[in-house]
Amino acid sequence: MSQDMKQELSYNYVLIRYGELALKGKNRKLFENQLQENIVNQLKDLNVKLKKTHGRLYLYLHDESFETVHARLKHIFGISSYSPAIKTSLELKDIQETALKAIRAHSPFPKTFKVSVKRANKRFPYTSQEMNHKLGAHILIHTDNLKVDVHKPEVELLVEIREDAAYIMSQKFRGAGGLPVGTSGKVMLMMSGGIDSPVAGYLCLKRGLRFEGVHFHSFPFTSERAKQKVVDLAMQLSQYAGPVKLHIVPFTEIQTEIKKHIPDEYSITIMRRLMMRITEALAKKHKALGIATGESVGQVASQTLESMHTINEVTNYPVLRPLVTMDKVEIIDIAQTIGTYDISILPYEDCCTVFQPKNPKTKPDRLTAGQLEERLNVEPLIERAVENTETLRLTREEQKKDTIDHLF
Amino acid sequence: MAVYLDNSATTPVAAEVQQALLEVVANYYGNPSSLHRIGGEAEKLMAKAREVAAHVLGVNPGELLFTSGGTESNNLAIKGVAFQYQSRGKHIITTQIEHAAVYQVCKTLEKDFGFEVTYLPVDKNGVVSVQDVEQALREDTILVSVMHVNNELGSVQPVEKIGRLLKNRPKVLFHVDDVQGVGKVPLDIKQSGIDLLSISGHKIHAPKGTGLLYVREGVRLYPLLHGGGQEQGLRSGTENVPGIVALAKALRLAKENEKVHIEHLLGLKQTLLGGLATIHGVQINTPLDKRISAPHIVNLSCPGVKPEVLVHALGERDIYVSTTSACSSRQQQHSRTLQAIGLPQTRLHSALRVSMSVYNTKEDIDYFLQTLEDILPHYQKIMKV
Repeated sequence: MSQDMKQELSYNYVLIRYGELALKGKNRKLFENQLQENIVNQLKDLNVKLKKTHGRLYLYLHDESFETVHARLKHIFGISSYSPAIKTSLELKDIQETALKAIRAHSPFPKTFKVSVKRANKRFPYTSQEMNHKLGAHILIHTDNLKVDVHKPEVELLVEIREDAAYIMSQKFRGAGGLPVGTSGKVMLMMSGGIDSPVAGYLCLKRGLRFEGVHFHSFPFTSERAKQKVVDLAMQLSQYAGPVKLHIVPFTEIQTEIKKHIPDEYSITIMRRLMMRITEALAKKHKALGIATGESVGQVASQTLESMHTINEVTNYPVLRPLVTMDKVEIIDIAQTIGTYDISILPYEDCCTVFQPKNPKTKPDRLTAGQLEERLNVEPLIERAVENTETLRLTREEQKKDTIDHLF
Repeated sequence: MAVYLDNSATTPVAAEVQQALLEVVANYYGNPSSLHRIGGEAEKLMAKAREVAAHVLGVNPGELLFTSGGTESNNLAIKGVAFQYQSRGKHIITTQIEHAAVYQVCKTLEKDFGFEVTYLPVDKNGVVSVQDVEQALREDTILVSVMHVNNELGSVQPVEKIGRLLKNRPKVLFHVDDVQGVGKVPLDIKQSGIDLLSISGHKIHAPKGTGLLYVREGVRLYPLLHGGGQEQGLRSGTENVPGIVALAKALRLAKENEKVHIEHLLGLKQTLLGGLATIHGVQINTPLDKRISAPHIVNLSCPGVKPEVLVHALGERDIYVSTTSACSSRQQQHSRTLQAIGLPQTRLHSALRVSMSVYNTKEDIDYFLQTLEDILPHYQKIMKV
């Protein structure tokens, strides 16, 4: 049987590095603790142990495979890079053999490499320089078509020699970057069920923000499945965010009123102004300091600069628009990477598409919008909507408790 | 208690799978395409089943199509590729020992649709050679179809190596009939360069009429069934929701317990082979080398004794084995597979297949061995062996 070389390497731990955090002076402690907490949370169900020493985190893999951990680490914000490591004894032969194995495990086989030895254990009989030579020579003797390149090697073999053992690494995976979720406060994320809002939420997480979702539900104009879709999206995002709260706002009454009293071309503008007001009220209630949306300039009628100017009039909370300058293609790319795209494209009506006017105003203005709004009894409509908002708390565990799960 | 040793023909449905199946039949009768809640619930089950199956197979949910079983999966894979890519070329490579659901499809493509098919031979162990595949490749080759585990002998084909060979030939698609391999011989679909892979539910303790086809993302197929556009338009027809849930569960059980099951089956096979070695007039046709032999199938010959006679005689004692590939067991024909490994006539005419599942015990095997030892001399005498 042809055994994949990779499987013969059993990694004992993962070294986790965090770059940007290291620059954060006084707050550093806070960031480090939040990052540790987030990692522990995401790996809760696995048998691993996390330890912090001199500005790095070491994750001990008791009997978990690196693959399992790798799949989760790559989504945790605040990690700049990580490397799986193999532990060996301090016997020179052992270190040489393992280093060779680590190089051989690379597929495709590299053309150039370099060895970097760090010797924390000063009683070890060879200096770092001597070790560089001993390991480099051993690898060169036992491989073909491999050269040393100290400037731009394809593979850098890191060897750390400590009191108890040596640790060997030959791979470096890029982390998700950004800041640990929870270090930058909280925003309310407006979620329609489309492609954009989950991506906006993901990018908020990247800068360390937590979010709570807000979804406007107009039953029976929109179906239970449209709501389920947003629940599924929030659930998917909980992989990166931890537990996500989702507020479902009853919107049928407001849409009916708008349909009755507002001319078609302004209906979307007014609808979005009301959504904004409701979201701000929910932000106050749940102690969030901002609102995030998936808007991108010029994508649809309600996302022209004139529209944003008109809609934004009703709130003085910061409105974050992480996708503001992105093209649809770039947005879809991210959506596919984070696993929300396939959920988003399910074809259910949402509140924005169901009353789609034929000719929505692409250049609405504040004055007209304000005058038209006087036809509605705005305050009580908003109060009722906020009051009857239903809040769901979605987590990975929640998914496990699904009523159909016992069937599988 | 019946001693059922014909698990390559079909398997009993696992108790947990039965439970899931009945519950879905009773409570979820919706059409997944319906808009309302009842339809939504059925659709949710389908989505979950696809996710579970994809997860245990290490593929993406969008790469799985649910079918009615191994025959349909094989037909859809081979005809689907043939009709979709015929402008690229009309040459297909397969082996002489494929199951009829591959072999006859290839014959039909030759006879009625102007394709050319190369049927590769196998060695005396029933294993095809990677070099033969390489030599058979031509400019106009569009598909290679090789089974993972042979259903009569249990010989294991080098599909990983063939997959690696074909990685440098992106225009040649690779289909693997894994109906007999799932849960018994490990195979990493993604690592092996496989483009299409067939699985049947009733060989892994799910109900009959369930199966799936893995179709690697990027591979296009011409559908066999047109209609309502279910399964990405590749397999129309209202989905068999209970069967699909049952299949997903059976697949999960098979894959999650693969290691333990293989150990168990290997133990049984060792007992069986050890016992057969001591019975006069029994010869083993299955390869003995563990690396090329599945843990659940043993094919043997009792030269001079008609295998049907032994099947009935064992049946009388509540032991159930088969003469050859079950699907063709009513036809008076020699097994293509046994001919391909060059068995002499006497062994060809007298072959039996014992195929085990995880539900068999060591006692079952001992009882079978004891019984065979008791009855065989009697029939050998009558037949004047």
